[in-house]
Amino acid sequence: MALDKNGIAKRIAQEVQDGFYVNLGIGIPTLVANYVRNDIEVEFQSENGVLGMGPFPFEGEEDADIINAGKQTITTMPGASFFDSSMSFAMIRGKHVHLTILGAMEVSENGDIANWKIPGKMVKGMGGAMDLVASAENIIVAMMHTNKAGESKILKRCSLPLTGVGCVTKVVTNLAVLEVKNNAFHLLERAPGVSVEEIQNATEGTLIVEGEIPEMDV
Amino acid sequence: MINKKVTNVQEALVGVKNGMTFMLGGFGLCGIPENAISELVKLDIREVTCISNNAGVDDFGLGLLLQNKQIKKMISSYVGENDEFERQMLSGELEVELTPQGTLAEKCRAAQAGFPAFYTPAGYGTEVAEGKETRDFDGKMYVLEPAFKADFAFVKAWKGDAAGNLVFKGTSRNFNPNMCGAATITVAEVEELVPVGELDPNNVHVPGIFVQRIFQGKEYEKRIEQRTVRQKQ
Repeated sequence: MALDKNGIAKRIAQEVQDGFYVNLGIGIPTLVANYVRNDIEVEFQSENGVLGMGPFPFEGEEDADIINAGKQTITTMPGASFFDSSMSFAMIRGKHVHLTILGAMEVSENGDIANWKIPGKMVKGMGGAMDLVASAENIIVAMMHTNKAGESKILKRCSLPLTGVGCVTKVVTNLAVLEVKNNAFHLLERAPGVSVEEIQNATEGTLIVEGEIPEMDV
Repeated sequence: MINKKVTNVQEALVGVKNGMTFMLGGFGLCGIPENAISELVKLDIREVTCISNNAGVDDFGLGLLLQNKQIKKMISSYVGENDEFERQMLSGELEVELTPQGTLAEKCRAAQAGFPAFYTPAGYGTEVAEGKETRDFDGKMYVLEPAFKADFAFVKAWKGDAAGNLVFKGTSRNFNPNMCGAATITVAEVEELVPVGELDPNNVHVPGIFVQRIFQGKEYEKRIEQRTVRQKQ
């Protein structure tokens, strides 16, 4: 069965390692924090200027001055720090953040990502996404494999305006875990009960399938 | 001590004119210069270019200037959550220059620090880089981005003193420190103007040299855009 959003988040959480500084995008990536093992030390960075982000505050304890990049009220963990926007992006651009997890509308087999603009629709802006994808060495994209019409979002070439080029290293969808290298998607894992053939059919880009493909452990 | 204190927002905004370029601190509605924005609405300063990460919501923040059709151009990284913004943008009344968030911050900081431009990898290969100089450093491509030029920077801090020193709280810091000293005149409004000597020099976030005018702000609403909470178990 294909994964739901929480399932995708749960699988991505397995990529988070002890000692990692992690930036989580809005949407499915935000859910990843709920599934990270609690026996490892991880700090979440939010590009509006906080490192060591904690869970939402208890009701009545919200502070208008403490929010995340989604403008949601948050708390901080012991050891947290606040800083200005320029320093925040120094952490990102300077490759001090180990892992970036973000959503996408499309990805292509050469690692391009499109997630900020649909021509003809109101453009809200790229926010910090272009800075994140241009610099991070470890970018995992969380997304649905196909759109609502059933068309593949895992493509040979992105059709939408790009957010970044040649930057995506891994994609976790409702159907599969894919590694992006050598101009192809390499199938690493299948969602429980999803066949290789189903993944093939839902993937427009080049898909490399080598040997037995294990099921995700989620 | 060089005194930067002015008595009120009216005095702080002396010299603002139609057609000027303003920098405004804040991320969403967090850390925005509420007093300066209200005064710009009252003064009905028009045809302005605003450099601000976001554009407020319909009835608060920069949304107030938008409702009043005072803004000619917005330079921002993200402009959702604002219907009037969308209407003006789609009708062509409002010019919008979308800039990656880190580039936006650095264009402020570059202006503050005396750099005419800088190279960044953000936006390379995308429409943001169209028409801009690009260059290869050690096998990776970068885009040349010029520093901003602005007439006024309006920032908001938690505490400050008459010397212009500023201290911020939480994530309301955001773009505010990067905009200090990045415009011809920097106006800082603070929740609490404390006596000179009270701020520990070790803990000053922005030294007063970057601020030309400082005043005690009032009636801060500090609206929360997305109130998210969890229940006590």
